[in-house]
Amino acid sequence: MNTKVMRLPGISQMTLSIYKLKSVNWSEAPKVLFHKLGVPLISILLFLLLWDGVAAHIQTSLGKVPGPVQVWDQATALYQEHQDARKREAKFYERQEKRNAEVLAKNPNAKVEIYPYTGNPTFFDQIETSIITVMTGFLLASLIAIPIGIFCGLSSTIYTALNPIIQTFKPVSPLAWLPIITLIVSAVYVSNDPMFAKSFIVSALTVTLCCMWPTIINTTVGVSSIDKDLVNVSRVLRLNWFTNVYKIVLPSSIPMMFAGLRVSLGIGWMVLIAAEMLAQNPGLGKFVWDEFQNGSSNSLARIMVAVITIGLIGYLLDRLMLLLQRAVSWDKNAVIR
Amino acid sequence: MSQDKHLEISHVSIEFPTPKGPFKALDGVNIHITKGEFVSLIGHSGCGKSTVLNIVAGLYQATAGGIILDSKEVDEPGPDRAVVFQNHSLLPWLTAYENVELAVKQVFKGKKSKSEMRDWIVHNLELVHMEHAMHKRPNEISGGMKQRVGIARALAMEPKVLLMDEPFGALDALTRAHMQDSLIEIQARLNNTVIMITHDVDEAVLLSDRIVMMTNGPAATIGEILEVDLPRPRDRIKMANDPRYNYYRSEVLKFLYERQKQPQDKDVPAPADGNKLKTGKTADSKNEEAA
Repeated sequence: MNTKVMRLPGISQMTLSIYKLKSVNWSEAPKVLFHKLGVPLISILLFLLLWDGVAAHIQTSLGKVPGPVQVWDQATALYQEHQDARKREAKFYERQEKRNAEVLAKNPNAKVEIYPYTGNPTFFDQIETSIITVMTGFLLASLIAIPIGIFCGLSSTIYTALNPIIQTFKPVSPLAWLPIITLIVSAVYVSNDPMFAKSFIVSALTVTLCCMWPTIINTTVGVSSIDKDLVNVSRVLRLNWFTNVYKIVLPSSIPMMFAGLRVSLGIGWMVLIAAEMLAQNPGLGKFVWDEFQNGSSNSLARIMVAVITIGLIGYLLDRLMLLLQRAVSWDKNAVIR
Repeated sequence: MSQDKHLEISHVSIEFPTPKGPFKALDGVNIHITKGEFVSLIGHSGCGKSTVLNIVAGLYQATAGGIILDSKEVDEPGPDRAVVFQNHSLLPWLTAYENVELAVKQVFKGKKSKSEMRDWIVHNLELVHMEHAMHKRPNEISGGMKQRVGIARALAMEPKVLLMDEPFGALDALTRAHMQDSLIEIQARLNNTVIMITHDVDEAVLLSDRIVMMTNGPAATIGEILEVDLPRPRDRIKMANDPRYNYYRSEVLKFLYERQKQPQDKDVPAPADGNKLKTGKTADSKNEEAA
């Protein structure tokens, strides 16, 4: 249609441009919108329908497998529980303050104390714990893995020396690491007034051990594949080791490094949930396990809420890394996906 | 320091280890270069021109013989022998200014103050007419402009010898001509000692004091040395009708296409010289353009 009109004789440039303008504003925009928003929405809708249809036909010991509606109900219920717990907590502190104020009014020299609230962690508290734990483990892994990757990329001797160790430990499951880490942490981390809970350290270290490998390997590849001309520039300028790494090696290996970091964070998040489940460390994994043990009629739906939450948070973490990569990458035009 | 022995490439040979045994790329290359001289190395692809340059730069170590610069042997890279690479080799994450700055900071640390360094960087960018795009990254400027920045970076090191590895080989003919004119202009002001690798006959005759013609590899060596005795400054349009210019040009062409035919055996390994084979056609079409 568009090309046909353009081919018609006697239509001035003006009319054509108006026509083009019109076509962009009125006929193209919905098409683009449909492609970007409509297509994913339709596929999600189809998925929900399929889920609903299949779930209704499966009977478990805890009742029927919940469909999207039940899961949504449980999601709002979990949110409500969280709100209620926050209210109770606020009231608890309010009562204490009131009581303390009364005591102080009678006797200004009296010793008063505020006791911490000791309610069960809500679903949202568990999410917070999980995110803090995975970030700690991931940061620690990155701090170890990036330097190792740089050394391996710069020196083939170091690479040959470390490669068998890296390749051996890389495929080890977090479930195998967990008992070892638990025992070692219990033996080594002994303190009367611990800064961090033992369970937190165990989960974070498990994440570290499992997710450092992709970063090491990708950083190694990124560093060792620097443009030979740039290496020669560095040699001609006689840059010292640090300047060479800072000015030439790091910037040119950033895309590969981030590819590794993103895989690492994804693995870390998966590992964390497993570690929390098995080791009874607080977090989303423990929430899933507790609900499984609880075995109420709502448990399956609540676990499904957790599953979807875990997925969405994993997705968000990946987007976060992408933003970080955009921020530190020198090539703002590079296509990053 | 004696004038005629500023840089000696002294009986240089090099062998590269291959699975089939050592491959002798260069055999007894011997050139003495005086201060302020502009020397071109010309030869067919794979003849080891770039290898000679890389040995002078210190990026490769000669198996036999060596490089003597101002009576001292040099066998490792250093900013006293700045290199202009064929593919500009600018750091893509730094602006033109920052690329030159990296070199200036490295060479003049403790010798120049911050403001002196800044002036020196700007001065060198002005020399190659790049002051207007100082704060642009390499991906924002054209191929010719990148090469200008590469030259500015090399000049800013104040090298004793400027090494240029087919500096304009990746540029189109028109840009190349502009760059050659710029180089003539810079050379008239600074009178650097330059070794330039080229496979462009016109470029060699237009720019050089001496043209070193190399035989084909393996075990390549110097075939002939041609003194180019043309008055400076040289103007490409006047040169096109100058009989002496055309004589030098035909001498180089005769060497390349009669005495050293292109290697039939394309399997000859060409370390550090992976350039495409260029035929005389480039030179001819360029001559027409100049005329």
